[in-house]
Amino acid sequence: MNIVVLVKQVPDTGAERTLSEADHTLDRESADPVLDEINERAAEEALTLKETVGADVTVVSMGPDSALDAVRKVLAMGADRGIHISDDRLRGADVVTTARVLAAAVRTVDDVDLVLAGDATTDGQAGAVPAAVADLLRLPPLTHARELTVDAGRVRVERETESGETTLDAPLPALVSVTEKINEPRYPSFKGIMAAKKKPVRTVGLDDLFPDADTAGHLVTRTRVVEAVPRPARAAGIRVTDDGSAGRRLAEYLIAQKLV
Amino acid sequence: MPDVLVLVDHDGERVHKSTYELLRAARRLGDPAAVVVGTPGTAARLRDALARHGARRVYAAESTEADEFLGTPAVDALERAVLDLAAEAASPAAVLVSATTAGTEVAGRLAARLDAGLLIDAVDLDPSGVATQIVFGGSCTVRSQVTHGIPVIALRPGSFEPEEHPVEAAELQLTLPPVDPAASARVTARRAAVAGDRPELTEAAVVVSGGRGVGGADGFKVVEELADALGGAVGASRAAVDAGYYPHRYQVGQTGKSVSPQLYIALGISGAIQHLAGMQTSRTIVAVNKDPEAPVLDLADYGVVGDLFAVAPRLTREVAARRSTG
Repeated sequence: MNIVVLVKQVPDTGAERTLSEADHTLDRESADPVLDEINERAAEEALTLKETVGADVTVVSMGPDSALDAVRKVLAMGADRGIHISDDRLRGADVVTTARVLAAAVRTVDDVDLVLAGDATTDGQAGAVPAAVADLLRLPPLTHARELTVDAGRVRVERETESGETTLDAPLPALVSVTEKINEPRYPSFKGIMAAKKKPVRTVGLDDLFPDADTAGHLVTRTRVVEAVPRPARAAGIRVTDDGSAGRRLAEYLIAQKLV
Repeated sequence: MPDVLVLVDHDGERVHKSTYELLRAARRLGDPAAVVVGTPGTAARLRDALARHGARRVYAAESTEADEFLGTPAVDALERAVLDLAAEAASPAAVLVSATTAGTEVAGRLAARLDAGLLIDAVDLDPSGVATQIVFGGSCTVRSQVTHGIPVIALRPGSFEPEEHPVEAAELQLTLPPVDPAASARVTARRAAVAGDRPELTEAAVVVSGGRGVGGADGFKVVEELADALGGAVGASRAAVDAGYYPHRYQVGQTGKSVSPQLYIALGISGAIQHLAGMQTSRTIVAVNKDPEAPVLDLADYGVVGDLFAVAPRLTREVAARRSTG
């Protein structure tokens, strides 16, 4: 089967993130980019399928030149080929543009059976992208999977969200986004890292993905930031060390604050 | 005034509180029009409750298979409603959904179909359509507006206080296209989050969360008892979830749910930045931790350095006593 894994490189969550002064887009230069952990789990799921049922795995990443590192890492884990979507015009792309571009990149891969992605990247788009990609490709969206089974041309997932657990079923081709519960991603081996250097990576831009569109047709974002301000850090309030009375005093505090 | 489409969250019998919040937010932009997606008869059951909260129109997007597919019927219904209104030269001012997991996905799919601007996880919305979002783990407030297409806005549950605003609601039928099974995920089994009488995590006015300091699944009893005394929901830190103390769906933080309750009580949670990102917009934060160096204590409105197994049960008793007398 043919699997496409969508990965996104995001700034390290441990590092401080800022909005760029100029245009309020995420200042990706100011933080160390890392492959989002959830993407590694999506890649792991693809590689597990490669080992169990046989698959050709293409990894797709959109972003500045450093996104190529994200592609290389998944190749080092064992994926077969990569597509790096790089175009200066995509800076500040919104959810819809991101989804359209990713969908267009998936369409360049022949006979795709399964598209895999993380369920939410930690840098702000809150899980809407995979569902939007699926909708644009007219694929069933099996999102937030903590378990994935592919069998006899169908895919089944156990979905877990705040509203409960559901079992989803759909025919292939389909899109599955995974939660951080699905697996423990492997580390690339030294051999894998060396082999990755020889694996093919195609770099594409908007003109390759949308040959019929004129430049003016590339809408990058449909939203505008009118104001961005740092929030004042929350200051610590009352601090007590429990001497046996803290539970009672805390209750008095909550009552005084009309929270009880 | 233009219509503002509101996707109704419901369980078939009852409208979720998050929808009343959307209706209140919608009134800032225009006339709320509630879209009920469900099996036949659902809209009729929910109409009075929706009208009581300001819905001037209730669209019934009903079919026998509406509950069988994930998201697709809701996206189809909203797309249909937008296109119908546009055809009457009465395009809606916005489409509002709750920024739950399911709602966010519906919003993304709808925006992609409509080529429309999308604002996710807004915590405020002003009459001009400018939405406020809190980004980067709570370190930055951003105000944004949609510049192309009909704004699709996912509002974080808990951001608006529901308010009754009784009006007459007209019920309209919205014909759903048949679901394409090759492009949809079928729900073949459903196990609702069994929370007893507890409110949903993202909707609760009070959230009591436990972390690694709770020590085990048994220890969460202390967390649950306090939550129940306060009528709140139970949450868990990633460390507690990873350790298997509590199910993943209760995880609060950057990779779990973002919550914004009136009161957030963190028990035995040190306060990793990823956890703080999911709760620091709470109105009041209380933390109990043995470790005086725990980062969570630096942003707590009331921090207790002490053993949660001593402090929390005592607090539970005090609250229960207060509730029974008051």
